[in-house]
Amino acid sequence: MPPTVPTETPGLAAYADVTASNTTLRRFLHGLPGVDQVGAEARAASLGTRSIKTTAKAHAIELAITMVDLTTLEGQDTPGKVRALASKALRPDPSDPTCPSVAAVCVYGDLVGEVKQIVGDRVNVAAVATAFPSGRASLEVKLADTRDAVAAGADEIDMVIDRGAFLAGHYLQVFDEIVAVKEACRRADGSHAHLKVIFETGELQTYDNVRRASWLAMLAGTDFIKTSTGKVQPAATLPVTLVMLEAVRDFREATGVQIGVKPAGGIRTSKDAIKYLVMVNEVTGPDWLTPDWFRFGASTLLNDLLMQRTKLATGRYSGPDYFTLD
Amino acid sequence: MPTQSTTFDYAPAPESRALVDIKASYGLFIDGEFVDGHGDAFKSINPATEETLAEISEADDADVDRAVKAARRAFRSWSRMPGSERAKYLYRIARIVQERSRELAILESIDNGKPIKESRDVDVPIVAAHFFYHAGWADKLEYAGLGANPQPLGVAAQVIPWNFPLLMLAWKIAPALACGNTVVLKPAETTPLTALLFAEICQQADLPPGVVNIITGAGGTGQALIAHPDVDKVAFTGSTEVGKAIARSIAGTDKKATLELGGKAANIVFDDAPIDQAVEGIVDGIFFNQGHVCCAGSRLLVQESIADDLLDRLKRRMSTLRIGDPLDKNTDVGAINSGEQLKRIRELSEVGDAEGAERWEVACDLPTKGFWFPPTIFTGVSQAHRIAREEIFGPVLSVLTFRTPAEAVEKANNTPYGLSAGVWTDKGSRILFMADRLRAGVVWANTFNKFDPTSPFGGYKESGYGREGGRQGLASYLKAGA
Repeated sequence: MPPTVPTETPGLAAYADVTASNTTLRRFLHGLPGVDQVGAEARAASLGTRSIKTTAKAHAIELAITMVDLTTLEGQDTPGKVRALASKALRPDPSDPTCPSVAAVCVYGDLVGEVKQIVGDRVNVAAVATAFPSGRASLEVKLADTRDAVAAGADEIDMVIDRGAFLAGHYLQVFDEIVAVKEACRRADGSHAHLKVIFETGELQTYDNVRRASWLAMLAGTDFIKTSTGKVQPAATLPVTLVMLEAVRDFREATGVQIGVKPAGGIRTSKDAIKYLVMVNEVTGPDWLTPDWFRFGASTLLNDLLMQRTKLATGRYSGPDYFTLD
Repeated sequence: MPTQSTTFDYAPAPESRALVDIKASYGLFIDGEFVDGHGDAFKSINPATEETLAEISEADDADVDRAVKAARRAFRSWSRMPGSERAKYLYRIARIVQERSRELAILESIDNGKPIKESRDVDVPIVAAHFFYHAGWADKLEYAGLGANPQPLGVAAQVIPWNFPLLMLAWKIAPALACGNTVVLKPAETTPLTALLFAEICQQADLPPGVVNIITGAGGTGQALIAHPDVDKVAFTGSTEVGKAIARSIAGTDKKATLELGGKAANIVFDDAPIDQAVEGIVDGIFFNQGHVCCAGSRLLVQESIADDLLDRLKRRMSTLRIGDPLDKNTDVGAINSGEQLKRIRELSEVGDAEGAERWEVACDLPTKGFWFPPTIFTGVSQAHRIAREEIFGPVLSVLTFRTPAEAVEKANNTPYGLSAGVWTDKGSRILFMADRLRAGVVWANTFNKFDPTSPFGGYKESGYGREGGRQGLASYLKAGA
């Protein structure tokens, strides 16, 4: 499932000079075209006015369910809680066997085993790692955190970047960390756990920073770029996701390597989810409209999708008690 | 889980026409009432389907005279009414426009061919904003910088185009009424329906009879109106050719005039521009309202060093434009307003081919009925090409390149027009440098085709004279007080 191994891609090799030193990397990132905040937000808002009805809506809701990384990242998470969530990931709507499973269950690394027991290979298990959510730990600790989760059977690793280093302009340090974590995702058989890099866009603040972080992570070999931890406001927004989608689109044009995108945090309604899918459809094109290339990091979103799905099928709304709370 | 990508086709999302009640025939709105015209009636059609929508009365010279007389009678009381009272009527109209916004938007899209997305999100909200804004001025005219007690001019003859039928009506009527003038307005012959619905709104608002008169007809009616001896003020938006004829016809009279005419705006993209937003701005600049915009960014001036990349991005973006049913909420580009306009767009595009420019158009299925033209760009265009000099007034972009800021200024200004311009750069100082040197009434920086009632709009050179909107726009409807 992971895309091409970056170091072997001829397209990416052309960028070897860029990452040779912090100076060259900085020069490259600061040389990327700027993002005009007003214009980007206007474009995102205008895509949000698309009217998705009937068959298109049904298709979008079905697709969105398959893209959910069903997430719980609380200090109070227990084995019981994550097992319940894992069951829900497999069968989001127990009353309807035609309802698809979600893409993955996303938990802290120590709970990977619990989830794995329930879902086996039928749904992916994603673990947050690298001193999530702040990323404030030594590299050794972050790598140990990652290896631990991979050893426990995580299919996907959601790492956070060191925002402090990024904002201080130590781009190569951030780059090297991603490379090292990617290496730590390697399993004994040579395969990799899928790596998602979280920027915490709410802390990077500007769209210029989001574009730079996107290119930095893609050059470092990530499989996915992800907006947020969900612990900082604002989390995912349409304009931030727009800038990231433009980045993966441009990166594939430049290198031939396709990278996935995951907005996470704050997406709660089907209406919101559909706006994101419209944006993917019109900015990167349909190549990204699969769970391999686009994910939603969410928890409450799933039940709203299920309610809307049932409404479309039956013509009426059911109360929240008809959908499981896990 | 599926690994194949699937296409995400948007199901049709048509706005319902049920809200709009189009009558079989319409009269003229004179002295607060609908009356029959005495000219030859004509038909208004839906440009997206060519279906006949309604039969429209034509005003002959006698009808024009009646309308001007009604406006003159109404002027006596309207001009003496306290500004705060006039404001109440304008606020009321603004609120009714908002209340009936969906109806107005749907009717506008049916009669004009523009996408409902634009009539709903741009035209009608700005119409309401213009009435609200000018209602606020009505009792504050002594602060407009025109002396202590500025006076209205009298009867205004207003002739408006078909590209923004209701919006141009608002630009004309709102300031005129706020300043104490009365008006006779003639909408374009292909798009009279929203103006006639506006006449109903005037009735609904209990506007005194004769303050607003709306007469329909073609060029002859417009000429008769402008030539009428009891008209004090002429306000025209439309082609430069007709504007010149109007200027000639009123030469030597006391009539004051504002003319808002054609344009061939340069949209200038520097190498440090926010590239994705610039692409959006180029699309908004030329494909908004099918390019039927006098201030459309119809000449793209792009710095040569980024031209290839920018054009690739532009073509990719254009390929996602959705062309078709104007009433579908997902339509980005609607129908060309008339067969006549379509013919002109085709002719000038063929000139572009013949002159050696390279045509690229969006591959799309156009409806078989109605008037349609795909979004098109011409590359390899030079200043000497007709498509770089003449207003096409359609979804056709001419692309030119430049090397330095000085060359960009020189090329941008090298046109008989001077209505608008756009500058795209991340450098604030360069925006100011360009704005100082561009001879255009409006210069947009890192955006395009943005309109606001507080901002004066108008042209240089053959794009006309006078300003509409803002404090400056009031000067067009007032004489300085003692």
